[in-house]
Amino acid sequence: MSSKLTPDEYSEIAKKAEHKSSTVKDCIMAFLVGGFICTIGEALISLYMRGGMARDVASTLSSITLIFIAALLTGLHAFDNIAKYAGAGTLVPITGFSNSMAAPALDFKSEGFILGLGVKMFSIAGPVIVYGISAGIIYGIIIYLFKLY
Amino acid sequence: MPTRQGRYTLRLDSCPSIVSFAAVVGKKEGEGPLAQEFDIICDDTTMGEKTWEKAESRLQKDAVNRALSKGGLSASEMDFILAGDLLNQCISSTYGLRDLNIPLFGLYGACSTMAESLCLGSIMVDSGAAGHCVCVTSSHFCSAERQFRYPLEYGSQRPPTAQWTVTGSGCAVVAPSCKAPYVRAVTVGKIQDMGITDVNNMGAAMAPAAADTLKTFFMDTGTTPDNYDLILTGDLGQVGSQLVEELLQRESFDISKRHSDCGLLIFDIKEQGVNAGGSGCGCSASVLCSHILNKIQHKELNNVLFLATGALMSPTSLQQGESIPGIAHLVHLSSTSYQDDCTINGH
Amino acid sequence: MQYLNAFWVGGMLCVIAQILINKTKLTPARILTTYVVSGVILGGFGVYKPLAEYAGAGATVPLTGFGYLIAKGTKTAIEQLGLMGAFTGGLTATAGGIAAAIFFALLIALIFKPKDKT
Repeated sequence: MSSKLTPDEYSEIAKKAEHKSSTVKDCIMAFLVGGFICTIGEALISLYMRGGMARDVASTLSSITLIFIAALLTGLHAFDNIAKYAGAGTLVPITGFSNSMAAPALDFKSEGFILGLGVKMFSIAGPVIVYGISAGIIYGIIIYLFKLY
Repeated sequence: MPTRQGRYTLRLDSCPSIVSFAAVVGKKEGEGPLAQEFDIICDDTTMGEKTWEKAESRLQKDAVNRALSKGGLSASEMDFILAGDLLNQCISSTYGLRDLNIPLFGLYGACSTMAESLCLGSIMVDSGAAGHCVCVTSSHFCSAERQFRYPLEYGSQRPPTAQWTVTGSGCAVVAPSCKAPYVRAVTVGKIQDMGITDVNNMGAAMAPAAADTLKTFFMDTGTTPDNYDLILTGDLGQVGSQLVEELLQRESFDISKRHSDCGLLIFDIKEQGVNAGGSGCGCSASVLCSHILNKIQHKELNNVLFLATGALMSPTSLQQGESIPGIAHLVHLSSTSYQDDCTINGH
Repeated sequence: MQYLNAFWVGGMLCVIAQILINKTKLTPARILTTYVVSGVILGGFGVYKPLAEYAGAGATVPLTGFGYLIAKGTKTAIEQLGLMGAFTGGLTATAGGIAAAIFFALLIALIFKPKDKT
């Protein structure tokens, strides 16, 4: 506003006016919910292994189960209400990945099945795949060239 | 005729009247502290439509129709409609109003649009260019989330500084001076950018614009905050409200005793989980076109500075790392006209 | 014991992300991307494997585990296929998860309707 106040000074004043979220509380919630989801994942692995699966297969199937549950909770409009409190607790486990694809798919269905649902499904999860896969390829080329495998 | 007062303020000599007004809101707003004041509360925020965008168009259409019917007016009597919303290309206004057959000016001033449309409508009536002007804006939580934030079902946490887009629409019909509320003056705001880039802290981005416009108005008119019953900002929320008071304090204007914010009035901040308060074009519009204009009409408020604030960014500009420019337009509303002043002084 | 390990390691990985969200204002998409890439790097350096053995799902369910799986799959594929493995390994190892996420997202989108928040 006035010529006297610089953006830096304003940024200082603005910072003081902010009500900070309680990091301690948020972290406790993230820890409990995130830990709980991983424990369910572990329980599912044990369950599938008891059914005669190898650990690797059971682990993948456990992830797929969690992905299904998260997608279902997204459809039932429950996921966002849990995530509101859990924060990173639901975001970081594979459930967050699932929700980040199911939510835009559902929400952008109104713009059509191809350009809405199909395109927007990757609007949040896309970068995860892009950079995850690319990092893997770079890693692969490096270990191939330097014979580190 | 509008006459220039000071540098940027326009005194509307004839004091156009707001002859009719209406507010339509969604369920959450209808559960807030102003529930009794709204004309229509829609418990189903889809408004029976297939998409959120259509729902928002419907809000706007309903607000206009209600304002017209309350005032015993018909669409064919209207000379202009000045309408805006938050969606790309202002589609809520276009689709909501396409059947009304009234000459349209589509406006975009982000959340400041209600004040922008009132400014323009009042100037047109005061200058004689129009007999009746319809001023209307809307916002819808769901359509705004889809465009500006995340899909509705996406699990994310809102930081305490974030605001909640109001589902609602407000409409005011401006006509030649006849009864309260009157529009006495308007000040069109300048873009202010203090470099805030946090999209979850719009209040901080808009506060400098509000402070600048208010300061301009006080300087232009030679008045002080104490000359007004209420200084009502649009949607600064908790953070922005504190900041605008602080910024004006530095300029020796103490508005803290007179200041209130539509974003803080429309919701119960503690109970309704809206973090720093309400926001959106529909926030200031629905609060003004119910609670505030009612009070002016009943002379419970006599001089109100209505100052809607807007954050003029887009998702594209934000992703490109641009800061968030703010704007604020001021409308001086009153229960008395300049003619009344003369009569009172004359006796 | 394996449940306890899964719980606290998984929980701690979430806490780190929560601190990043609160303190740096990183958006969720950036956090997820950072986690996957970190998983690839940690997996590549062999740091993540002991963690995965210790914590089980506590290390594989968080998105770092997704990255770890990419690194692990890439390495295995290179052993079998040579350079070609760099391109097939990552997606092969994560195919189950990605395919499931795509398919369930489609399914859910077809079945349910979006709803306003309260």
